Amino acid sequence: MKSTAKMFCAALLVLLGFLLPQAAAAMTPDEALAVLGDRSSSFEQKKEAFDVIGDSKENWSQLLIESAQKGELFFDKKKHDVYAKVGDNYFKVKGGEAFSGKSRDLKRVSVNNSIRESLHLILAMRTLSDQSIPEDRRIESAHALIGNVSQEDASKLQLLRDLYITTDPDLSEMLTYVIASADLNDEDPKIRNGAMHILSGFRSPLLLQKLGDIAEHDADVSNRVYAEKQAAGLRSSQSFYSGLETVYFGISLGSVLVLAAIGLTITFGVMGVINMAHGELMMIGAYTVYVIQQCMPSYPGLALIISIPAAFCVSGLTGIIIERTVIQHLYGRPLETLLATFGISLLLQQLVRSIFTALNRNVVIPDFMSGAIKINEFFSVTYNRLYIILFCLAVFFTLRWILQHSRLGLEVRSVSQNRAMARNMGVRSGRVNALTFGLGSGIAGLAGVALSQLTNVGPNLGQNYIVDSFLVVVFGGAGNIWGTMVGGMVLGVANKVLEPMAGAMLAKIFILVGVIIFIQKRPRGLFPQHGRSVEG
Amino acid sequence: MVTSLLKKDRGGFSVLGAVWIFVLLLIAGNAFFQDGSAFYVGSNTITLFGKYLCYALLAVSLDLIWGYLGILSLGHAAFFGLGGYVMGMYLMRQIGARGVYGNPELPDFMVFLNWHELPWYWYGVNHFWFAAIMILLVPGALAFIFGFFAFRSRVGGVYLSIITQSLTFALALAFFRNETGFGGNNGLTDFKDILGFSLASDTTRDVLLFLSALALTFGYLLCRYLMRSRLGKVTIAIRDAESRTRFMGYRVEYFKLAIFTVAAMLAGIAGALYVPQVGIINPGEFNPINSIEIVIWVAVGGRASLYGAIVGAILVNYAKTVFTGIFPDGWLYALGLIFVLVTLFLPKGIVGIIGMIRAKRAERKALAEADAGRQAAAEAEPAAAAEASPKEA
Amino acid sequence: MVKISKLAVAALLSTVLGSSAALAAEDTIKIGVLHSLSGTMAISETSLKDTLLMLVDEQNKKGGVLGKKIEAVVVDPASNWPLFAEKARELIQKDKVAAIFGCWTSVSRKSVLPVVEELNGILFYPVQYEGEESSKNVFYTGAAPNQQAIPAVDYLLKQGVKRWALVGTDYVYPRTANKVLEAYLKSKGFTDKDIMISYTPFGHSDWQSIVSEIKKFGGAGEKTAVISTINGDANVPFYKELANQGVSAKDIPVIAFSVGEEELAGIDTKPLVGHLAAWNYFESVDSELNDEFIEKWHKFVKDEKRVTNDPMEATFIGFNMWVKAVEKAGTTDYSAVQDALIGISVPNLSGGIATMMPNHHITKPVLIGEIQDDGQFEIVDQTKGTVVGDAWSDYLPGSKDLISDWRKPLSCGNFNVVTGKCGGASK
Repeated sequence: MKSTAKMFCAALLVLLGFLLPQAAAAMTPDEALAVLGDRSSSFEQKKEAFDVIGDSKENWSQLLIESAQKGELFFDKKKHDVYAKVGDNYFKVKGGEAFSGKSRDLKRVSVNNSIRESLHLILAMRTLSDQSIPEDRRIESAHALIGNVSQEDASKLQLLRDLYITTDPDLSEMLTYVIASADLNDEDPKIRNGAMHILSGFRSPLLLQKLGDIAEHDADVSNRVYAEKQAAGLRSSQSFYSGLETVYFGISLGSVLVLAAIGLTITFGVMGVINMAHGELMMIGAYTVYVIQQCMPSYPGLALIISIPAAFCVSGLTGIIIERTVIQHLYGRPLETLLATFGISLLLQQLVRSIFTALNRNVVIPDFMSGAIKINEFFSVTYNRLYIILFCLAVFFTLRWILQHSRLGLEVRSVSQNRAMARNMGVRSGRVNALTFGLGSGIAGLAGVALSQLTNVGPNLGQNYIVDSFLVVVFGGAGNIWGTMVGGMVLGVANKVLEPMAGAMLAKIFILVGVIIFIQKRPRGLFPQHGRSVEG
Repeated sequence: MVTSLLKKDRGGFSVLGAVWIFVLLLIAGNAFFQDGSAFYVGSNTITLFGKYLCYALLAVSLDLIWGYLGILSLGHAAFFGLGGYVMGMYLMRQIGARGVYGNPELPDFMVFLNWHELPWYWYGVNHFWFAAIMILLVPGALAFIFGFFAFRSRVGGVYLSIITQSLTFALALAFFRNETGFGGNNGLTDFKDILGFSLASDTTRDVLLFLSALALTFGYLLCRYLMRSRLGKVTIAIRDAESRTRFMGYRVEYFKLAIFTVAAMLAGIAGALYVPQVGIINPGEFNPINSIEIVIWVAVGGRASLYGAIVGAILVNYAKTVFTGIFPDGWLYALGLIFVLVTLFLPKGIVGIIGMIRAKRAERKALAEADAGRQAAAEAEPAAAAEASPKEA
Repeated sequence: MVKISKLAVAALLSTVLGSSAALAAEDTIKIGVLHSLSGTMAISETSLKDTLLMLVDEQNKKGGVLGKKIEAVVVDPASNWPLFAEKARELIQKDKVAAIFGCWTSVSRKSVLPVVEELNGILFYPVQYEGEESSKNVFYTGAAPNQQAIPAVDYLLKQGVKRWALVGTDYVYPRTANKVLEAYLKSKGFTDKDIMISYTPFGHSDWQSIVSEIKKFGGAGEKTAVISTINGDANVPFYKELANQGVSAKDIPVIAFSVGEEELAGIDTKPLVGHLAAWNYFESVDSELNDEFIEKWHKFVKDEKRVTNDPMEATFIGFNMWVKAVEKAGTTDYSAVQDALIGISVPNLSGGIATMMPNHHITKPVLIGEIQDDGQFEIVDQTKGTVVGDAWSDYLPGSKDLISDWRKPLSCGNFNVVTGKCGGASK
């Protein structure tokens, strides 16, 4: 065991020496530190300094590299010492003393993309050779190296692979891929061939590109043939997954459309109110997220979850106020509701402009909403879209339950089918109207919460969605929430299928024309509603 | 005929009369007085009023289909925009070699996109007569084709409203694309002259204003004539009870189609007059919000009276002009509030006020007459009794 | 009835005639502020209105200009392009303003252009734009493509970028910028295979497919960069999608020409650190004048968090140039000020000098910045000295022979050096 460790260290030294060839011997780690503490250093100098420190065995080197990568490395403008930020405090990188001067004197050690990239590689290498780090993180680091290492480096990595073969077999396998990816450039056709065989089970766009190159340019005929075969397999797998991806994109666009439209199905479809202020009710929902996040700046995730009910209430209440003050006087005159609600939408927009200014507001995306589940190199599922799809389904089924199984739902349906009769049966239609409108508005608020994670939170948020939402409602059949669901999904997927073929502009035009033609075939949408109220 | 049309139409007569008085005064003020005189009217006022009149014609054409046919089109600006684009294309071709790149054939934006020849749909528009026909034909044809299918399949109500909105939105996107060949988002602008007259001259502006007033009058009279004819009666019947009209044997879809197409052509004319006066046409005109605004002018003015549409279009736009100048930060409050209040308290629009006053007056008059009648009757009674009594006697 | 309509006519007449006849009071000098305060462009343009009000306020404290106070006439063209022309006409004819500061989008400028040319007014245009224009009446204080796009690509070339995704909104600025860049890249030996171009509608909000396409394009093994000319509103969803799909600046940097501090204020920039922007000014610029400007700005808007950005600097430069030119000319007469403006130099906020050139464009430094997690930019590269704005691009076949020089005797915005003729539009 001990000998393994020794061998390991030796391997590591050699390895680092080779992998970071830029690390010229000219600079000592301390000199490098001085470079970082000097504001006049150029990015090239700083890059060199980081490479030197990355290469060194100083006990502070890991802290420095990690802090630099997170953008938490600072220097004292006057004394030129370098500090790392830990929590809210600053500690001297070499020595560990806490910073005691004025915080104005501290300036961030600026880095650019190329430094960030080399920091990333340094960290990947350091991680790789540190057995105390969990294996999956090391595998991740190894993964980042695929296609990024030269053959020379790869031959050194073989040592590491052999070392890990018993202790961490998975990592060792990943390293085999890394080495093979470098071997694809070998002079010996047999080695190239062997590398291709090793990588045959591995999917990546990078590999596909390499195989394509080999298939075209390789001197060895059998290699060309084999590469072509492999590439063809990868290509078909890629196109399969990109098809899958398109469907996923379509469904996620569809759920945004459904969320935006489903509240409208209630106010417009069920109550017959052409609610032009629907978009602004969504906008209010999105601003609710912003306000709640402002109130609790350290917990953006929790704030987002709290804003779901909050946005429902705020938008819902706004809706009830609109209904009680304006719309209740306009039942039976649906077209005039358009005029009044358009006026209301102007008022709400301007109100938001007066309160929050015309600028977009910054809604923080909490950690659990960002990132993606990587199914494989060709296909990953983004979290925020996944949550929005789930959110959409949850809203949909809750709403369906309310309409089908609650007393309010029963009353809503009765009033929408025959107001006079419902009143005769003792339904307080005024109250039902207000609640129904509030429900539709509240759902618009929920849509706003979802949109705040995807797009601008600004006064124009609503305007951008109003045409689409009406389109979805009409396409699905006004007043039918199933229709809205299916309609939204169909339009979303169709849009995403068309987009790669025709471009974003034409895809949208095709969708609009498609709906116009569809309505000719089915003048009452996908799922026509039957009943008295739909006539006229 | 004109007089007979206006004879029983006091509202229309007064509104059009007022428009004409105003137009003539403005033109006189612009043409005969110099800057500095109290009666001078600047060219900004001339083009501004010209724009209002084009909007008024547009509103009249919408009132024809919404007020009398019951079709709420949320895409009426599409026809306006198309008419405008045809006019814009004509004016663009008139620039000739005076563009920034000095190309005698191609408009600047085509030179810029490296196009080497004019697309086929630009052929002919350099002739005014051809453009003039197209101004009617293009919006008319679109309305005809769209209406033919929509009315045949009996698409109605809000469904029709929303697909008209989709139509104008699709057009907006199509014209926005640079490849479509209409100048993309920048649209067509920097026009120089029309029929050889410089667009920058005050005389041309005066003439354009005059023509706009003429077009408005013509459009109004045409609509009024149509609505007073048998066609109009059927139209109103369709609005009020479509199924019943159909059962009586009328081919409802043909009536709808005819009116819809006429309205689109009128909108096209309005657009064509609008473009040389404001100096630019771009895809923004197809924005669905613009179409909604037209509906609002009509509603504010008063639906189904035609002259109400004129009043609404002019007043709303005048208010907009004034408000955006006086309180640039808050004018949307004022406008929004007006829309809400009008809907709540003036269901028949502004011209409805006159109706309300007249109704009140009539009521008062009826009361007074009734009173007078009673009194007369009361006075007459003894006499009658006296008269009658001898006979009885 | 007749009585009522007569009354209405009288009322209308008196308002319209009265307002147009009202003569501007002569004790102030008026300037027009023509920026959208409502509608889609309000997001960007409102700050420029505020900037102008601050500058006017400050100039008045210094005693105004020519011994008179300056009065800003603010109107709202409501992001409606024809309305820009109408309001410009109103400002010049009714309010008799000495200059108009305004417009943001190209189409709004194109709409105003015939009006200022007809009335021989003055318009200061403060936003980076596509070039291919030079008017006697317009002074362009924003960047032309050669003051922004080309240096940005040069920077990326230095970073070893081999593949280029040009993504933009389908309107004239991205079209031109992309055409110029395509020609420039091809002159550097790149082929169609290395360049991907994609256009989207205004306000495009669903970027999933395009970002995924970029990822595929960039996954091919060679260093890839995205050059984004995406317009205003569509940027936020674009960047949010980039972050979601894990496209980091390290793998595929995005360099943007229309994303500044103000746009970033609406985004959580933590996942965007390292993406780039090319401008002529950043709020993070280290200069005394800039610190002073930022301080005044915060005081004026009473908000410590409001950021400054490049078009605000351009407005600052334009306003100061106008003041200086008026003082030099001794009058606000349009022609005199137009002549006086050429050659005027004022300090810019990044510590240098901006000079109005004979082609009505100004000299500017070009800065490349990387987005930081606080929504500011870290300047990673800048040109040595300033770059003169080119009205006509050297990389486009239609305009490479054109030059613009508004000094007498040439006085021409599009002089063709090959034919020796002044092309149509301007005489």
